Amino acid sequence: METRDELIKVTDLKKHYKEGVLKALDGVSTTINKGDVLVIIGPSGSGKSTFLRSLNLLEVPTSGSVVFHGIDITKKTYTDAEGKTVKLNIDEHRRRMGMVFQHFNLFPHMTILDNMTLAPIKVRKMPRAEAELKAFALLKRVGLADRADAYPIQLSGGQKQRVAIVRALMMEPEVMLFDEPTSALDPEMVGEVLQVMTELAKTGMTMVIVTHEMGFAREVGKRIIFMDGGKMIEEGTPDQIFNHPQSPRLQDFLKKVL
Amino acid sequence: MFSSAGFAKTWQYIELFKQGLITTLSLSALTVIFGFILALIIALIRLSRIRPFDWLATAYVEVFRATPMLVQLFIVYYVIFGNISVPSFKLFGFIRFERFLPGVVALSMNSGAYLSEIIRAGIQSIDMGQTEAARSLGMSKSMTMKEIILPQAIKNILPAIANEFVTIIKESSICYTIGVQEIMYAVNATKGATYRIAEPLIIATVVYFCLTFPTSKIIAYFERRMSRGDKR
Repeated sequence: METRDELIKVTDLKKHYKEGVLKALDGVSTTINKGDVLVIIGPSGSGKSTFLRSLNLLEVPTSGSVVFHGIDITKKTYTDAEGKTVKLNIDEHRRRMGMVFQHFNLFPHMTILDNMTLAPIKVRKMPRAEAELKAFALLKRVGLADRADAYPIQLSGGQKQRVAIVRALMMEPEVMLFDEPTSALDPEMVGEVLQVMTELAKTGMTMVIVTHEMGFAREVGKRIIFMDGGKMIEEGTPDQIFNHPQSPRLQDFLKKVL
Repeated sequence: MFSSAGFAKTWQYIELFKQGLITTLSLSALTVIFGFILALIIALIRLSRIRPFDWLATAYVEVFRATPMLVQLFIVYYVIFGNISVPSFKLFGFIRFERFLPGVVALSMNSGAYLSEIIRAGIQSIDMGQTEAARSLGMSKSMTMKEIILPQAIKNILPAIANEFVTIIKESSICYTIGVQEIMYAVNATKGATYRIAEPLIIATVVYFCLTFPTSKIIAYFERRMSRGDKR
């Protein structure tokens, strides 16, 4: 319907290991629209992380397509508006997709400020002064402006993850991908990270979130996908998924986690 | 064994030792530079898994680690440089370039093989998440290597690199066999002229120690500086 709002279109995505014996992804299709907050839930090994990591090609799918802004980024080339075949530069697409990891992956040899300004300066050729101004503004937003000169090891897990989120935001991405952002955190730190994410969702940011936080999924998610065995089993609004689950597998899963 | 007369005699040839010191320093410094560049290239080729280049790089490392340094030096000097004409002039007025150059080449090729293994291990020790984070920010492969992976890898392997640098200084003594006038060459020349062996060797020992000991100390200083990110 509203194709102009379409940001990412995934079609029949498959990721097989050992010549098809192991199917991490077994034919997943969905469309992510601008402003969507898509939450993916499911048991461990259901393929939800693999799916998320396929969106920016950290995981190279065996088959299927991921179309971002009309370009299939799983292919090595694409055809431009004038009909010419152009070599696809995955880096250009990745910088428009922010990613937050379970284990934060801050660069330990750099200060928080350098962690944030490195990619904008090197990749987007942003002047250092402008990048630092922007970094301070974002750090302030997540209450960490006083830690700009600290090294990652000096921060708590929750602080690290908040930095990781704003580091991704520095590139002004069009979509943010979250790969179990609270799974490695101590319980008392989960809240502060989820709060940052909730606020981000309120700004209209397009988000794809893999999480085990069902309360958060229900509250912030606009659309929920339940995955199991590399397949999308059920998709719907939080109300449909949590209050009226259709498939036995989802009913079983919810019984275990809620 | 030792005598003050012996030292007095040896001291007459101290100029040879000064030249030897300068030669050993130049030989080691150039070997460190070229050996490190070579090692980095070999390590990156091996990690690239581009056939057949990775295979060739592996073969190179294995051959150089499995054969004696002396054999490698002789092959480079007599076989390879035996068929290449090198301009013969004297660096600093006393280092014979046509002997010095094969020495640098052989030492660099040898240390390149050893260092590449150290660098490769260092790069592989860095968590994949670091690469993923950098790439997800839109950084290219080479940018990720240069800004994220290598700084961390080199910090981790600094002790091993320091060890290798010290080894290069010591190993460079082998070059006296092809007539490079480094410290051991000075020992031999002094021995021939004075019939004293203990005193020249003592001087050589002191000179080598004064070279290698500060080298490891300097690298230890950089190690501390680079580990700022480790302090809580």
